[in-house]
Amino acid sequence: MNVIKAEGLTRVFTGRPDRKNRLRRSRHVAVDHLDLSVEAGESVGYIGANGAGKSTTIKMLVGILVPTSGAVTTVGLHPLKQRRALARRIGVVFGQRSQLWWDLPVRESFSILSAIHGLSAADERTRTAELVDMLEMGEFLATPVRQLSLGQRMRAEVTAALLHRPELLILDEPTIGLDVLSKQRLREFLVTQRREHGTTLLLTTHDMGDVERLCDRILVVDHGRLAFDGTLDGLARTVGARRELVVDLATATGDLVDLDGAEHVRSESDGLRQRLAFDPQRTTAARVLAAVSERAEVLDLSITEPDIEDVVREIYRATRR
Amino acid sequence: MAEPEEQRRVRVLRAYRAVLASRARSQASHRASFRMDLVGAVLVGLIEFTEIWVLYSATDQIGGFTLAQIMLVFGLSDLAFSLADLVAGHCDNLPVYVRAGTLDVFFLRPQPLLAQLMTSDLSLRRIGRCLVGATSLTVGLVLNDIDWSVGTVGLLLLALVCGFVIFTAQFVTAAGLQFFLINGSEMTNAFVYGGRYAATQPAVVWPRALLVVFGVIFPVAFAAYLPVSTLLDMPGPLGLPTWLGWCAPVAALWAVTVAGLCWRWGLRHYRGAGG
Amino acid sequence: MRQLPSPSRNPYWRFLVAGFRGQSAYPLATLAGLVANATFGLLKGGIMGAAVESSGGELAGYSAATMAAFVWLGQGMLGSVNFWGGSDLQTRIKSGDVAVDFLRPVSVQAANVLTDVGKGLFALLPRGLPSVVIGVLVSSMALPPDAAAYGLGLLSLLIGITVSHATVYAVATSGFWLVETRGISVLYMAVSGFFAGLFTPIYLFPDWLLTLALLTPFPSMMQFPIDVISGQVTGAGAAQHLGVQLVWLAVVLAVGHLTTRAGRRRLEVQGG
Repeated sequence: MNVIKAEGLTRVFTGRPDRKNRLRRSRHVAVDHLDLSVEAGESVGYIGANGAGKSTTIKMLVGILVPTSGAVTTVGLHPLKQRRALARRIGVVFGQRSQLWWDLPVRESFSILSAIHGLSAADERTRTAELVDMLEMGEFLATPVRQLSLGQRMRAEVTAALLHRPELLILDEPTIGLDVLSKQRLREFLVTQRREHGTTLLLTTHDMGDVERLCDRILVVDHGRLAFDGTLDGLARTVGARRELVVDLATATGDLVDLDGAEHVRSESDGLRQRLAFDPQRTTAARVLAAVSERAEVLDLSITEPDIEDVVREIYRATRR
Repeated sequence: MAEPEEQRRVRVLRAYRAVLASRARSQASHRASFRMDLVGAVLVGLIEFTEIWVLYSATDQIGGFTLAQIMLVFGLSDLAFSLADLVAGHCDNLPVYVRAGTLDVFFLRPQPLLAQLMTSDLSLRRIGRCLVGATSLTVGLVLNDIDWSVGTVGLLLLALVCGFVIFTAQFVTAAGLQFFLINGSEMTNAFVYGGRYAATQPAVVWPRALLVVFGVIFPVAFAAYLPVSTLLDMPGPLGLPTWLGWCAPVAALWAVTVAGLCWRWGLRHYRGAGG
Repeated sequence: MRQLPSPSRNPYWRFLVAGFRGQSAYPLATLAGLVANATFGLLKGGIMGAAVESSGGELAGYSAATMAAFVWLGQGMLGSVNFWGGSDLQTRIKSGDVAVDFLRPVSVQAANVLTDVGKGLFALLPRGLPSVVIGVLVSSMALPPDAAAYGLGLLSLLIGITVSHATVYAVATSGFWLVETRGISVLYMAVSGFFAGLFTPIYLFPDWLLTLALLTPFPSMMQFPIDVISGQVTGAGAAQHLGVQLVWLAVVLAVGHLTTRAGRRRLEVQGG
């Protein structure tokens, strides 16, 4: 079954009248004839540059915005005409806007949301307990939401979106601003959730880590159009999503060129620090490191993941040609 | 699987009750500031009554109403407005809801949006205002020579309910229009708070243009002035019949219709269908 | 000879101008305010006109024309004076940002009051003038009888706006000692407009209430400027009004100055 199906989905914004020329209104095509289908149980990363049309698409999927043209169904429902039925079957986390009641304890917000979604008292208890346990929220259940750290709040937001066991969970920038540990914990939880309940995931993100650990399918949107639709492997093949190994060497060394499976990017401080790019599909960091160690003594190292902005830029470059 | 209608309604009511109870609890928990707001609301109401007292004491009557008679109009309209303010007063903060993204969150919940907006807050401190109106109304009822009967009681209750509905409808109308007036939301103050002010006055003193505005479009004349005129057996403005006060339900129905249309129109605009 | 600095290098002048200019960014808001203002003016004009009429054309020294002037000048001033009691200072004290203000080599009091006066003066253009124009169009309101009345009136208006913002400033400094100042604002909101003559001329008050009003700075904010502009008082009477206004200005500025100093000391002791 198609959990999300969009055909020719288009959204045009007509801006306010121009300050200088009152008769001319700016016209901005945010989503441009987008065709999209997501199957039940998939986990889809929806990525693109700022203003590429991600949020607009999501708003149309959940019934906040009306498409200018084209059709969309979410879990088989019409998001506008059947908004309320839809709200019972999907969960949404907007990283920037809160579902929770700012000045109430977290527990209270869960209780109100359970009532809103029509959970029975017994169901509310078991479901809340389950999520609280999995996301380790016991220690701050009695804390007012406004006093939570960002990581804590995000866990509570995700719980708020999952209380009614939605078939589809939409996450808009769920890990933005979180520390490494909080990100990790949230990702693990989402993976488990999906495995155990078969929840379909759609998430927008600026974090390549989210995509790599959570998504088995990636959609890249560019100027409102799909620029890429495929697997992570496919994405890596298209843009050569490479990682960078940064090594600090004991002595100034000449550029480490001709290494097996890695390419020299640049050297700094007379070759004391060198950056090497490699394709994780073809080799591993350990093998590259071993090759470096044959030539120089390595004092320290770090691996940087490709920036999603770079990946997106690469995709854009590849598809616009 | 269809859920029985009855059961569904119970659940929805439970949801609203949960939200409102939580709002009430959170307000009561800030006790000092809550008390201050309560006292402040009473004080503002008292000052407003004092204005009327000053004005009607300085002269025998205005627009055919003595101080004792105007106390009925003031009391009835102020009580109705304060009750409406209690329930729906936060609606005209719509731009705040839009900016904070609260409205988008409402879209994600399976209840009607307007119901969610109305039940998203309950300002208990506004109870203070109700007290002032209720007191003025009571004193007015004692001071005036009223021919008590089932009809008089019925008229008073009808006026109070319809006044409440009319003012609530004004708040919702304001919310609907504010989708278009995010930076100009003060414009709706003209008929929401202007309407409240107008409702405490004998409509005969209004300039002609405002008779249409507050007698017909935003029919606050039906909230207190016309029913009280009927109650005291005084002739209506412009030679209109005395029984006009019994038509308050028609005015209330009209106000609700306008509010419903404005809200739907505003919502369409927000979703980008109408604009 | 020491050269005078250009006004644009004077920080206090800049505060005034910044306040003035900050208001021009929202034309729709201005229009909205005008619509609300005019509606209230029409309602107030209606009831006050009826009151004068039912008293035989003269009420507490007001004729229909001077009462209309009272109503519309008052509506016109509404955007320029502060009867709601909140202020930037109040928020900045609450958030603790005021500590930063004290680090600047300028007077916190002057900076705040001047910015607000700038805003108030700006509001005279889009809100004040149109209100008066509407008043002239819809009523037979009295206008200043001669050039001297205009001059004195504008001066009285300027002092009135300044008294208003200087008073709100002084009230806001209570935040240095109180945790929650909202109650004070609510109290201020309830009382200030009433005693300033926002709703009815204070001369309609019974004697004891009038005496009470005259013991506060509030009539200096609105009632007195209106009296002078509308020509309700002239000559020596007008001069007396201005004198009283200046005394109140000095009083509220002095109070604000002292509370600011004490508040600053308190911040320093408590480490902000």
